[in-house]
Amino acid sequence: MLLRHTPETLVERSALTVNPAKTCQPVGAMYAALGIHKCMPHSHGSQGCCAYHRSALTRHYKDPIMATTSSFTEGASVFGGQANILEAFANIFNLYDPDIVAVHTTCLSETIGDDLPQIINKAITENKIPPGKTVIAASTPSFKGSHITGYSNMVSAMIKYFARNTGKKNGCVNLIPTFIEPSDMAEIKHIAESMGAKYIMFPDTSDVVNGPMDGKFRMYPKGGATKEEIASSGDSILTIGLGRTGTLEPAKLLDTHCKVPAEIIDLPIGITATDEFVDLIRKTAGVSVPEEILLERGQLVDVLCDMNQYTYGKKASLVGDPDILVGLVRLCREAGMEILHVVSGTKAGPKFERKIKELAGEKTIVKTGAQADMFYFHQLVKNDKPDLILGNTYCKYIARDMDIPLVRTGFPIYDRVGHSYFPIVGYRGGLRLLEKILDALMDRIDRDASEEKVELVM
Amino acid sequence: MSEVEMMTPGEVFKAEVLEKYPPKLAKKRGRQIVVNEAAGGEVPEILANSRTAPGILTMRGCSYAGCKGVVLGPTRDVLQITHGPIGCGFYSWLTRRNQTKPHTAEAVNFMPYAMSTDLQEDEIIFGGEKKLKAAIDEAIALFHPKAIGIFSTCPVGLIGDDVHAVAREMEAKYPDVNIFGFSCEGYKGVSQSAGHHVANNKVFTDVVGLDDTPKQGKFRFNILGEYNIGGDAFEIERIVGKCGMTLHSTFSGNSTYEEFISAHTVDLNTVMCHRSINYLAEMMEKKYGIPWFKINFIGADSTAKSLRKIAEFFGDGELTKRTEEAIAEEMEKVEAVRKEIYERCKGKKAMLFVGGSRAHHYQDLLGEIGIETIAAGYEFAHRDDYEGRKVLPSIVVDADSRNIEELTVTADEKRYQPRISEAEKAKREKEGFAFSDYDGMMKQMKDKTLVIDDLNHYETEKLIEMYKPDLVCAGIKEKYVVQKQGVPMKQLHSYDYQGPYAGFEGAINFYKEIDRIVNSNAFRLAKAPWADSPELSASYGYTG
Ligand code: SF4
Ligand code: SF4
Repeated sequence: MLLRHTPETLVERSALTVNPAKTCQPVGAMYAALGIHKCMPHSHGSQGCCAYHRSALTRHYKDPIMATTSSFTEGASVFGGQANILEAFANIFNLYDPDIVAVHTTCLSETIGDDLPQIINKAITENKIPPGKTVIAASTPSFKGSHITGYSNMVSAMIKYFARNTGKKNGCVNLIPTFIEPSDMAEIKHIAESMGAKYIMFPDTSDVVNGPMDGKFRMYPKGGATKEEIASSGDSILTIGLGRTGTLEPAKLLDTHCKVPAEIIDLPIGITATDEFVDLIRKTAGVSVPEEILLERGQLVDVLCDMNQYTYGKKASLVGDPDILVGLVRLCREAGMEILHVVSGTKAGPKFERKIKELAGEKTIVKTGAQADMFYFHQLVKNDKPDLILGNTYCKYIARDMDIPLVRTGFPIYDRVGHSYFPIVGYRGGLRLLEKILDALMDRIDRDASEEKVELVM
Repeated sequence: MSEVEMMTPGEVFKAEVLEKYPPKLAKKRGRQIVVNEAAGGEVPEILANSRTAPGILTMRGCSYAGCKGVVLGPTRDVLQITHGPIGCGFYSWLTRRNQTKPHTAEAVNFMPYAMSTDLQEDEIIFGGEKKLKAAIDEAIALFHPKAIGIFSTCPVGLIGDDVHAVAREMEAKYPDVNIFGFSCEGYKGVSQSAGHHVANNKVFTDVVGLDDTPKQGKFRFNILGEYNIGGDAFEIERIVGKCGMTLHSTFSGNSTYEEFISAHTVDLNTVMCHRSINYLAEMMEKKYGIPWFKINFIGADSTAKSLRKIAEFFGDGELTKRTEEAIAEEMEKVEAVRKEIYERCKGKKAMLFVGGSRAHHYQDLLGEIGIETIAAGYEFAHRDDYEGRKVLPSIVVDADSRNIEELTVTADEKRYQPRISEAEKAKREKEGFAFSDYDGMMKQMKDKTLVIDDLNHYETEKLIEMYKPDLVCAGIKEKYVVQKQGVPMKQLHSYDYQGPYAGFEGAINFYKEIDRIVNSNAFRLAKAPWADSPELSASYGYTG
């Protein structure tokens, strides 16, 4: 029993977080910044934060994650980090030659109160930033929000620094995805592309953190949204935010900043959520849904119906990031599953709770925020045991102790591969997710069946 | 002959790299990149434990990581609360894979739990002590620990929360629980190393020495600086037991609070990772009279050597005999595998850039299968780890080290008892037995090899380009940077989730693993067959 000290009895806690179901802002900001072409993420604080964030992303993506740090020591912590970041700019541009440096703060620089926009302005006026190069900054203190907030803040910074309304519409729809896998970003592009819609997507980490191995290291892989694309997003006809928690703020900002109206929809996981996305693109771009997409949709529905008996009535408990959770709940419900628990360390507000209850029913226990941690999640699961857990790698301890199948979803996934290459969004992603759920449930049946009950065909 | 042609490859590398840096940085890196020369046993001076230049892609982490992650992390029954925002605690949650084996299914094991005060904006503004106290209340009610460690993160230091005062106050409230705090804010010092020091100080003042009951068994000693990555400590304990000795405690792999508080009852401390823990060995010698020496259980020959040295220390005929028998028996198994693998690996070239001692220790192991180390360095070492302890008096303490408390230690009135008389010690030393010593990495490395402190990404890329090594050993952040270039990379922090690599079984595991890596077909597939051939002009399609 790895989690032998987790009691069944639930006790209210107000101060202690145990086994968090969230992590800190900068890791999300760093990930978002990797979705800009030729961009070096930079962490303003002591080097430990940066080391942790790079390690976490590296373990999850199993790919190089490059990011620099201001390397504060005690002096910078007392006198402020201006000297450090100016020195950092010189070294970064000299050694790594990025087009863009995307700075995010840490708890440390936030607590000191370093004013980054002002420091950057100073650097510009003093010619410390080479011509043609850009520095953008996002404030990402981790004593507010989570990695999702950090992601959202960095996407907002992209808009603030780059997006411009030139007065001439470009006929594009902006796609802003929430914190999802590079494979998911690629799948969203695939849908927009096969529908023939003109689009701008940012950030876009596909081909950046799931790069090929061909004997060459590239500091800046070919993927990522370009500065020009992000600039042009101010001239688009509509912004579609995919996943409310991660995209509401940036989408709103683009509206106030450049007058591009925004629609926030659920992350397209499952059939109906993907339908909504496809339909919105269809209407906005004035295109019809092509055969290819219909085929993908049909295949997912086909498997869903064919295999319904294995998912129907099965109970699932979910822990993770709010936007992904909404999508997962939608797919699970489409498969006829019951949702027992939905937990997220990221505070998602009453709208989220209402949404989950609408989808899953009033009985589902939903909790987000500070004490919504995996310790609490485990206690819930002990009190009402599900057939399946959906959550990140850390769930394996719970799954093992309680002998419940686990389908790894969300961040981080340290102990399996596939998430960087195969999506869970869109119809094709739905098919993969469904396959994973079925594998888990059916392996269970196979393993638990008495000898006379083992079925060859299922 | 031009000057360039006369330069060794190491010098060429150094010159090329430094050229790219601005003058001030070039000057500093010039002192951190050294072409080794052990002429007459004297090695050149290297600059170490100095700040990393801002903006440089560094391998380093912070003191919190060194304190909570490395030194205290592997102790299963000390409940550890990170005081700070959520991230710091999250990242140190199980990622260093310190394996631990409680004796029963019910025994205490807090390792799979990450606890944090998850500070919010209000607490950053108004102070977080109140929340910390409440968190301790909740932790005690839920987990009933014997001991609690509180770990400070950067913002906590800045807002001025006094974790030590909180610890004292809460200890008064819960007299049965030993509560202690660590000022290991990430900005302290220049790397993880500062955190090791902070950790050792507190373990020494608040934990070691609380219980005078020795463990059962003969020839009892501690291993300091062995963190049980991949089960190394399990293997070491097996061998030590086979020789008839008793491993009292491992600081801090597979460790428990009970073993720590009675650790001063042993007769000998052995030091595995010199960097992370030499402080504790020194202080225990002063306070309790326990002598220490450096050992190394990485590599079969090194393991045998270390076992012999420990047995020699105890000077017991029966022990020596059993130790020799155990070594002979183990070595036979090792040799069989080693010989075969040597043939496939000899002549290959490796580079090692790891935290502390591993960049040194693993050179022995690689050498056993004929792999030569052409460049090595540490992430967070001090000069003594490179040049040997004899340079200790000449190390200049800078501002970054000065803010880490240096304890003044005196002999314990009741418990000080020299395990070996001054005269006996002097006699043995004269015979060549080294106490309280470490020669450092450079003395053992070949002439003309490169020794680089605080290696950064730019230099890593250059090294690989110039030397085309067969194997690179470093950490997770470096792994895929190296592998994308088609060069296999072995993580020595986490062992790529394999191991153990210590001791005899470990040596066998490592030989096999390195054989797999350097002779793996997979890496040869990185380049497509057409990658190097020029565009074909002819067309092979049907033309008629
Ligand atoms: S100090 Fe803040 S930014 Fe740094 S790791 Fe901790 S929570 Fe994250
Ligand atoms: S051996 Fe290496 S990984 Fe271990 S503590 Fe020492 S430095 Fe760290």
